[in-house]
Amino acid sequence: MSTTRTFALDDLRRILLEGAGAEEGVDLDGDILDTYFDELGYESLALLETGGRIEREYGITLDDSALTDAVTPRQLIAVVNEHITAAAEVAA
Amino acid sequence: MTSVAVTGMGVVSPNGLGTQDFWSATRGGKSGIGRVTRFDPARYPAQLAGEVPGFRAEEHLPSRLLPQTDHMTRLALTAADWALADAGVRPAELPEFDMGVVTASSAGGFEFGQGELRKLWSQGSQYVSAYQSFAWFYAVNSGQISIRNGLKGPSGVLVSDQAGGLDALAQARRQIRKGTPLVVSGGVDGAICPWGWVAQLAGGRISTSNEPARAYLPFDAEARGHVPGEGGAILVLEDAETARRRGARTYGELSGYAATFDPRPGSDRAPGLRRTVELALEDAGLAPGDVDVVFADAAGLPDLDRTEAEAIGAVFGPHGVPVTAPKTMTGRLYAGAGPLDVAAALLSMNDGLIPPTVNVVPSPDYELDLVLAQPRPATLRTALVLARGQGGFNSAVVLESSGR
Repeated sequence: MSTTRTFALDDLRRILLEGAGAEEGVDLDGDILDTYFDELGYESLALLETGGRIEREYGITLDDSALTDAVTPRQLIAVVNEHITAAAEVAA
Repeated sequence: MTSVAVTGMGVVSPNGLGTQDFWSATRGGKSGIGRVTRFDPARYPAQLAGEVPGFRAEEHLPSRLLPQTDHMTRLALTAADWALADAGVRPAELPEFDMGVVTASSAGGFEFGQGELRKLWSQGSQYVSAYQSFAWFYAVNSGQISIRNGLKGPSGVLVSDQAGGLDALAQARRQIRKGTPLVVSGGVDGAICPWGWVAQLAGGRISTSNEPARAYLPFDAEARGHVPGEGGAILVLEDAETARRRGARTYGELSGYAATFDPRPGSDRAPGLRRTVELALEDAGLAPGDVDVVFADAAGLPDLDRTEAEAIGAVFGPHGVPVTAPKTMTGRLYAGAGPLDVAAALLSMNDGLIPPTVNVVPSPDYELDLVLAQPRPATLRTALVLARGQGGFNSAVVLESSGR
């Protein structure tokens, strides 16, 4: 059985940058785990794009509420990892 | 009635990025038409375009805007930044509902749309960017300029092919007269991508010549269609009184406008352009003799050139007014063309110099006083700008220098 990939803050940073860029004056490399996405300059469409890219890359499907309920990077990372684990269990 | 002044301009043109480069190239007769570089045109019957040179979006815009914008929206946002700076306006310091945005568009963000549709059909819907939800819309430039600068007053988009750029300026003037002191207006357009290219080719008006100096020859006996271009101009329009009070420099005033629609093909009724010119002059309270220069639509197709020459001749008399078409240096910019010609006309009035029409040997049949090869010194107080859109749109604006 292969090791399950996990989704970390650096993965989220990379996907945010690829899919939605970075707001002027926002340092994505800083301590952003508990900063609200809207304070980082990402509105619902940016998160939709981010969610789509995460789904494609990790082979998971996030339900609609997962993206709207996760309002900080920490929350989004947690919900993505839950889905990855669940998908791995189904596969096993 | 409230006078409306142009207080700022931002230019992105195939023959110059920025007002200064554009104007020095245009005065000097320098063309921006060349072989298409934005995609490989080898397999297409038309291979020339007017592409804006030296534009690197990341030098002008934050990375946040890049994944969500078409090339022509990036050009428009940059032109809007320049226009506001040129006008000395800092939107953050003004009431947000006192500033609107009205632009024109002929096709929306075609290149962006092409990329996402390609992903849809080759990879599946989950690969389509969320930003496809607006990035290819006609209204996208108005929306993005509004969001970036916090302009929340009356806004919209005009879609009437090449006439649209003038129609947008007129709509901006309407909003100012209804009480919004400042409107960012004009148009930046462009669809130099395979999808846009085949759509233009299907329209049947594109020149298939591969010689940059021979491809787009309005009013020439060898007229054979036009070269498509990208770019345009964004202008800041203000209530002239408000502008004066804040000590703004004004390029001139938009004192007349009219639009007509042509009769259906095959009708025995006359084309609408002559009436457009007459109505625009009437709106400005001017007589034909007051007009010092005409910036022509210059379709570059014999029938359309004849219609325009006849309209100008009917109103001004044979060889009755200097006529120019600096778009011979840029190609036709669709919704960007009218605002770019308005910018050129205002700069002409300020410099006392009519820019040339390049490459053209005018057909004597048209009886036009075309300004050729060299710029012509002239005292210019009033300019008429014409634009026509495919499908029967005719628009005209009258510009007057502020120092009347």
